[in-house]
Amino acid sequence: MSHALRTASGGRINRSRTVRFTFDGRELSGFEGDTLASALLANGVHLVGRSFKYHRPRGVLSAGPEEPNALVQIRRDAARVTPNLRATEVELYEGLAAQSQNRWPSLQLDVGAVNSLLSPFIPAGFYYKTFMWPRRAWQWLYEPRIRAAAGLGRAPAQPDPDSYCNRFAHCDVLVVGAGPAGLAAAHAAAESGARVILCEEQPQLGGSLLSEQEPGEALGEGEWLARTIQGLMTHPRVTVLTRTTAFGYFPHNLLGLEQRLTEHLAQPDPRQPRERQWQVRARQVVLATGAIERPLVFPGNDRPGIMLAGAARSYLNRYGVLAGRRAVLVTASDEAYRSALDLHRAGATVAAIIDVRPQASGELAEAARRAGLPVHTATTVIGTSGRLRVKSIRIQKLDAQGRPEAAAERIVCDLVLMSGGHTPSVHLFSQSRGTLHWNEALQAFLPGQSPEKARCAGACRGIFSADAARRDGQSAGALAARDAGLAVGTVISAPRLLETDGAAAPGQLPQPAGRPAAKAFVDWQNDVTSRDLSLAAREGFRSIEHVKRYTTTGMATDQGKTSNLNALGIVARQMGKAIPEVGLTTFRMPYTPVTFGSFAGYSRGELFDPVRTTPIHDWAVRKAAVFEDVGLWKRARYFPRNGESMHAAVTRECRAVRSGCGLFDASTLGKIEVVGKDAVTFMNRLYTNGWTSLAVGRCRYGILLRDDGFIYDDGIVARIAEDRFHVTTTTGGAARVLAMMEDYLQTEWRDLGVWLTSTTEQWAVIAVQGPSARHVLEGLVQDADLSAAALPHMSVAPGRICGVPMRLFRVSFTGELGFEINVPADFGSAVWEAVYEAGQPHGIAPYGTEAMHVLRAEKGYIIVGQDTDGTVTPDDAGLAWAIGTRKPDFLGKRALERPAMRSPDRKQLVGLLSAEPHVVLEEGAQILPDARATPPTRPIGHVTSSYYSATLGRSIALALVRAGRKRMGQTLYVPAANGNLPVQVVSPVFYDPKGSRQNA
Amino acid sequence: MRDLSAARQAPYVAASPLVRPLPPLTRLLLRGGSDALAAALAALGLPFTEAACRAVSQSDRSALWLGPDERLLLAPQQQLIELTELLREALAGRAHCLVDVSHRQCALEVSGPQAAVVLNCGCPLDLDAHAFPVGMCTRTVLAKAEIVLWRSGERSFHVEVWRSFAAYVSKVLALAARELSP
Amino acid sequence: MLLINCPYCGERPELEFVHGGQAHIARPGNPAECSDQQWAEYLYRRDNIKGVHAERWRHVHGCGRFFNALRDTTSDQFLATYKVGEQPPAQPRKATA
Repeated sequence: MSHALRTASGGRINRSRTVRFTFDGRELSGFEGDTLASALLANGVHLVGRSFKYHRPRGVLSAGPEEPNALVQIRRDAARVTPNLRATEVELYEGLAAQSQNRWPSLQLDVGAVNSLLSPFIPAGFYYKTFMWPRRAWQWLYEPRIRAAAGLGRAPAQPDPDSYCNRFAHCDVLVVGAGPAGLAAAHAAAESGARVILCEEQPQLGGSLLSEQEPGEALGEGEWLARTIQGLMTHPRVTVLTRTTAFGYFPHNLLGLEQRLTEHLAQPDPRQPRERQWQVRARQVVLATGAIERPLVFPGNDRPGIMLAGAARSYLNRYGVLAGRRAVLVTASDEAYRSALDLHRAGATVAAIIDVRPQASGELAEAARRAGLPVHTATTVIGTSGRLRVKSIRIQKLDAQGRPEAAAERIVCDLVLMSGGHTPSVHLFSQSRGTLHWNEALQAFLPGQSPEKARCAGACRGIFSADAARRDGQSAGALAARDAGLAVGTVISAPRLLETDGAAAPGQLPQPAGRPAAKAFVDWQNDVTSRDLSLAAREGFRSIEHVKRYTTTGMATDQGKTSNLNALGIVARQMGKAIPEVGLTTFRMPYTPVTFGSFAGYSRGELFDPVRTTPIHDWAVRKAAVFEDVGLWKRARYFPRNGESMHAAVTRECRAVRSGCGLFDASTLGKIEVVGKDAVTFMNRLYTNGWTSLAVGRCRYGILLRDDGFIYDDGIVARIAEDRFHVTTTTGGAARVLAMMEDYLQTEWRDLGVWLTSTTEQWAVIAVQGPSARHVLEGLVQDADLSAAALPHMSVAPGRICGVPMRLFRVSFTGELGFEINVPADFGSAVWEAVYEAGQPHGIAPYGTEAMHVLRAEKGYIIVGQDTDGTVTPDDAGLAWAIGTRKPDFLGKRALERPAMRSPDRKQLVGLLSAEPHVVLEEGAQILPDARATPPTRPIGHVTSSYYSATLGRSIALALVRAGRKRMGQTLYVPAANGNLPVQVVSPVFYDPKGSRQNA
Repeated sequence: MRDLSAARQAPYVAASPLVRPLPPLTRLLLRGGSDALAAALAALGLPFTEAACRAVSQSDRSALWLGPDERLLLAPQQQLIELTELLREALAGRAHCLVDVSHRQCALEVSGPQAAVVLNCGCPLDLDAHAFPVGMCTRTVLAKAEIVLWRSGERSFHVEVWRSFAAYVSKVLALAARELSP
Repeated sequence: MLLINCPYCGERPELEFVHGGQAHIARPGNPAECSDQQWAEYLYRRDNIKGVHAERWRHVHGCGRFFNALRDTTSDQFLATYKVGEQPPAQPRKATA
């Protein structure tokens, strides 16, 4: 297909490189340097999408990131499908496959357009008002249906195969936007010696200058542009990022940038990341984000072929595309006359210039008249025609009061340009919590003060002309460098504000009274009309934030870039208030949509979180262990042999420990070395237990409470020397216990000479448990006496094992004779293997966390966080014996005195035996006092731990039960699928209550 | 009886062009007041400074400032016992805490002209040579792990990482390095 | 992400810190003498200030020190950071800028 609407010459496209692409399967071509939108327009394609709610045919409205209509889905392969991309920003590449969205069966014939006929019945708030009952139907009926009918593109069903990356960066001056102001700012800052980052969302630098005729018509702009770009690209202190959107302004001058690395390539290297998300911390920020042209609100303003005046000028001058052959310009400002003049010069017919203002006497209006273009002032638009492309426009003269007069006129056209003036892009400035103030002359909100170190330059603060913006940028760049602490040469003064182009107030164009007009769109992407907004105001919505949510205006992915001010104008008029009195809705990040992938960055797959493994992990992998996640750790859960089930493996592992010897990797246990002359005082204040009497070489089970009296952590504490404790914590508690200790030490007890060091990872911990444990170790241990007399239960001794230095603990979490060998971690795997080998004659078996849980539950040992939940006191857990009652104070002591903490009705830890020995209760199951109780009822407790005990040949459970210790022997009930299951309350110690085995 | 005193196994580190694992080291974590720190460093032949985030080195020994009362002492692997004795003598009678953390962490070196850029893929600090000069050291983060970062040269960084995070940190760095030189 | 001036290490990104709640709440010297009400106040009662708030931070992935900060909760700007045990500096009149 020929480029029917391509001009003979001009533009910044490369006419020697043809690029083929498809749109809805249709094969088309464009040139290198085209966007999808410009290439479609060059082929005469205006119809590019269907609207969100009414499925109205829509065309390209803009030439930039503000585009609300031309949203397409780009498909590279089944997994690489990106919906909702703005065709105005999609760079053309060979083989690009684009699809229109939200239409069925085709763009030309869309069944959903029936919504448009029903539209009188679906005004703002329709969904809230209609689909009210039954409420639950929202979940399964209304919302899915509404979403299916009103939608955007479809997300791919496959995982994203691309990779994404992150980068932190710092600079003296970050400049956002590389139009005339941004380029000049970056240049001036760099000249002052600043480290500069310049980011620009477009592939090329130049901003609005790229839409001027080539070569730069005025003031040598073309030459200046080339020279400045060259200077910046080669400057060693300047980083220029193109295809990079500053999407968010975060506290303390941190900006999020989204850099698109491969989107424009026909054949991206699959190893190359698709996007890079930058977090840039800048000493100073210059926002040169430009301005967005405001559409006009008139009936039928959304037909394909109706676009922003500046967009048509961009297509013509930058891409060499005539958006139409017979154009009508509708304007409320002077600037837009340029578009009519340029189109006229390029050979299009300008059928009329409709200026809604009473007069148009500016320089550009005069130029238009001199060129013979028919200018109609004091005229409004009351309608348009054309189903898939605009065919005509109906205009009506306004009287002195601005009311439409009787006779309407129809003008045939294939292109309508509109301009309500320009809205400065204050999004990022506002995100920086900068104040905005209304400027009556410009009819726009302009940036005021920001608490951040930010300043604006150029069109985003109302300085629209390229030359003035350049001077403004130069000044801002130099001042930013100065404020960043750099020496500055000459700072030129900023141009005076406000070169008004006489834009009219935002809102709807005047319409004849009493006549129901066709829809006049305000928010194209969310299909919000002026009538919806008026309705909201009439229904009593007074806050603009509420109006926004009720009508959904400005809530689409374009964030209302083209619609917000017009919506505000309409609401203000309806309420009879001035625009600044109504106020603005909050500008939120992201400025344009950002992929989830780039937020995830490296954090996906195996790098989603760190995977922590112990020195013995590889051995366990070789033994085909099944692992479970405990915090970030991988812990061996059980070691199945020859295809054993988990139940079989755990049963076998438990039997090995009870009858011979088991080997367990306890390396993940938290370990803290508490050292200093006041170490014992510190331990006394922290833990419930008394530590003064603990002799060097002995261990004690310690309980740590929060100051509210509830159990926070527990573990074995060993006294290594008078001034040195080896404290162990739960695996998950290691970091927070250390943090809590540091907190008290640094802020409350600063008088104590104590230091804390995490030694969790210094030691590999090998637990050897079972009646044969001593025999297994006898041949390996040197310089330590393993006998019960020399090393009784709950003691610790230094020594060596196979020549490796160790701390040998005689402790047991299984109830059997047990040792825990601590060796420096690099030796962990070798020592483990030596013990395993030495244990072979004794039938040693490695066991995992599951068997460990069963074994400790048989002994009634709690696991903090499983049998406790942050509301359990030591007494509740049956651990009152571990409280040093004679101590004047310890964390939680005062709280334990409260009456509620001493109530006999508190939930207490008990054992439960189900009436059916083979039924293992559900952990978390509620406990009821009555066999006949049915919901709703008040449970008196819940099951915290529940296992099948091979040793006992039946199931066992631990539970927290209200006044549990008074209920010994009682029968309670646990709801189950087939009725309430009777359970008997028993002691939580199921096995060897006297502890003779562990003392052996 | 078997002698396993040479059977050390270092944590896994993913190989990549800009990242290499460093050999095992003696690491002692020293805590105490200025007098104790100064005495200890003098015994090791190292100058004492209270300047924050600065490492001091002399031949094969270094002391990294990690906090106002905290220094990480690094020395060759075989000096563990020698240094411990030396420090015990020097610190006798001075309140302090000395803990052997040789096995708690391991070290990587990130080097090359792109070293700072690779680190900045996960580390939020300004690693420009002016902001983070040679000799600067600090605990910080790399992606989701904590590290100690020490600029050992214009284009080289010494990274200390807890052993169970070494695989993660080295894989993130390898990914970042690959992205810079695909 | 805030930029926080650690009194020991200088300006560092928030990623290296943990927030530690309201500052200057001392644990009662003799808890046994506290009434239940006083103990509950110590444990649970905290200010919820719109404006300048004294709060604790810890440079956990840095020097490990706890310190205090004055932060304006409406602008997120820090007015000052200071070491544990030091008095909060006198507050400037206005928190902005």
